[in-house]
Amino acid sequence: MSEIAGAPGTADAAGGPEPTTERKTSEVLHFAVRNPKLLIGLGIVLSLLLLGIIGPLFIEHGPNEYVGPKSQPPSGEYWLGTTSFGQDIWAQFVFGLRATFLIGVFGGGVAFVIGTTVGFVAGYKGGIVDEILNMLTNVVLVLPALVVLIVITAYLEVRGVFIQGVFIGLTSWPWAARAVRSQALSLSTRDYVDLARLSGRRTWRIITTEIAPNMSSYLVMSFILLFGGSILIAAGLDFIGLGPTNGVSLGLMLESAMKWSSLYLGMWWWFIPPGLGITAIVGSLYILNVGLDEVFNPKLREL
Amino acid sequence: MLELSHVHKVYRVGAFGGGRLRAVRDVSLKVESGEVVSLIGESGSGKSTLGKMVLGLFKPTSGVISFDGTDITTIRGHAARKAYYRRVQGVFQDPFSSFNPIFKADRVFEMIRSSYFPGTSDADWRERVLKAVGTVRLDPENVLGKYPHQLSGGQLQRLLIARALLLDVDLLVADEVISMLDASTRIDVLNLLADLKERGMAILFVTHDLSLGNYVSDRSVILRKGAIAEMGPTARVFENPLHPYSRHLLSCVPQLHRTWAEVDAEMKANPPEDIDLPVAPDEESAPLLEAEKGHFVGIDQG
Repeated sequence: MSEIAGAPGTADAAGGPEPTTERKTSEVLHFAVRNPKLLIGLGIVLSLLLLGIIGPLFIEHGPNEYVGPKSQPPSGEYWLGTTSFGQDIWAQFVFGLRATFLIGVFGGGVAFVIGTTVGFVAGYKGGIVDEILNMLTNVVLVLPALVVLIVITAYLEVRGVFIQGVFIGLTSWPWAARAVRSQALSLSTRDYVDLARLSGRRTWRIITTEIAPNMSSYLVMSFILLFGGSILIAAGLDFIGLGPTNGVSLGLMLESAMKWSSLYLGMWWWFIPPGLGITAIVGSLYILNVGLDEVFNPKLREL
Repeated sequence: MLELSHVHKVYRVGAFGGGRLRAVRDVSLKVESGEVVSLIGESGSGKSTLGKMVLGLFKPTSGVISFDGTDITTIRGHAARKAYYRRVQGVFQDPFSSFNPIFKADRVFEMIRSSYFPGTSDADWRERVLKAVGTVRLDPENVLGKYPHQLSGGQLQRLLIARALLLDVDLLVADEVISMLDASTRIDVLNLLADLKERGMAILFVTHDLSLGNYVSDRSVILRKGAIAEMGPTARVFENPLHPYSRHLLSCVPQLHRTWAEVDAEMKANPPEDIDLPVAPDEESAPLLEAEKGHFVGIDQG
C-alpha cells in the first residue's frame, strides 16, 4: 500500500498549500482509475456516445429511407441487416443512439435544473418558502408521471426529441429536489454559511459558492440518475407509439419491430440492437453511479 | 450604541410546532462604544441566541434591537444589510466550522474584499491583509494560502478576528471565541480583544467561563434560562454577587489554593446577605431591580 505513489498515507505531510489541491484531486483520481465499476460503466457509456456522435457521419442516407433488400439478416453490406421494408438497421441504430443521448441530456438537464433549484432554495431558505416548495414537490411526486406524459404527448401533433425531453424533465425532478433539499438543509446551518451572510453575500452566491461545492459529488450522481431515468421514460413512451414523430430513436425502433412482428418472423437483428442499446446505456450509467459513489465516499472504497 | 429592549425569542418545538421553548426572555441591555460586555451563562441560557440576534441571523420574536438608533429587525434589502455588516461583525465559537473546508482559509478575506472593497488594488489589499494578520499576531507566511485543516483552531480563530479588523467594525460579537482554544493561545486572543477595545471597538463577549468574563469585560450580564439574573459593572458583579444563581456560579469556580471543603466551610461560616429579588408578574416578563447604581438583579427562577 505504502509503495503506491500518491496514496493518501504516503503523501508528504509537510507539503505546501499547492500540493493539497493536487493531493485531494489525485486522491479522487487514484481511486477513480482503480475502480472497475467506474471504468467499465464510463467505458460503455462513452463508446456508445462516440458511436452516436460519429456513426451518423458515415451514413449518407437517412435512417428511415428504404435503401436495400427487405428482411435481410446482418451482412457485410448491411451490418445489422434490414427491416421488412428494406431500411438499414445500423443507420437506425446510430441515429437512435444520438436521439437517446439527446433525450437524456434534455430530460435529465431540465429535471436537474428544476430539482436542484427547488431543493437549494427550500433547504437554504427554510420556513414558509420550504413548506410551499415542499408541498409542490410532493404534489408532483405523487402525480402518476407516465400517465400525465401519455396525455400530454398524445395531444401534441408534432413531437420532437427536444419537446419530449422537456416534458420528461418537468415530471421527473421531484426526487432530486428532495435529495438536494435535505443536503442543503444540513449544510446551510454551518457557521461558514453564516459567515458568508455576514460578509454581505447574496443568497444565490451563498448557494452557488458555499453550499453547492460541498455537495458536488452528490450533484453529479443526481444528474447521472436523472439522465438514465429520462432515457428509460423516453423508451417507454416511444414503445407505446408516443415517441418523436420526425425522427428515429431506440424506443421507436423497438416499437416498429414489435408492430411488424419481427419476433414471430424470427428477425432477431431488428429488435435486439435497440433493446440491447437501451439496456447497455442505462445499465452502465447505474454501474457508473455506484462506482462514483465508491470513489467519492471513502467508507465504500474496497481498496 | 447597541441597545436591546425587552427582547424575546421563542422557538416552536415538537412535531407540529405545538410546543414552545423560551430561549430569551425579556432581555434589555446596552453596549456603549469602546465597551466590552460579557454575556455569561450556562449551556442553553440563551447567550448564543442573543449574539445571533444582534448579528441579524435570527429574528427576535418580540422586542427591539437597535444599533445607533435604528431597529435592526426593520433592515430590509441586501444593500442595507450589507451596510449593517460593514459596522457589526461576529466571530463564531467553532473556528473549524467557520471556514468552508474545500477552499483556502484566506478566502474569508477575499469575500470581504469583493463585497466591500471592490476598488482596492491588489498590492494595497495585500498590505491591509498583512497588517490585519500582523495585528492578531499571526505570521502571514504560516497562515496565508493554507487550507483550514492545515491550521490550528487558534490560528483560524485569529484569522476570523483579523477579518473583522479589515472592516474596522464598531461592534464585534465574539461568541465563545476562546472555548475552542488551548490555554496558551487563549491569553493571546484575550489580550487581542483588550487591544481592540483600546481602539474603540465595542465587544459583546459571549462566554460560559466566569473568569474570562472577569478578565476582559467592563460590564457583565449573567443569564439564566433566557432571562438576566444579574447585570452590572464587572467588578461589582464579581465582588458582590446579589443573585443566588450568580453566587452559586462564583462558588463553583475552582480555586488554585483552596479545596472545595474549605470554600464550602467559609460560605457556611459567613453566609452572604440575601436581598429581595424582583418577582415576575407573568410567565413572559423578567423585571430587573437596581440594587446599587448600575447594578441590577433579576428574577429568581428556582
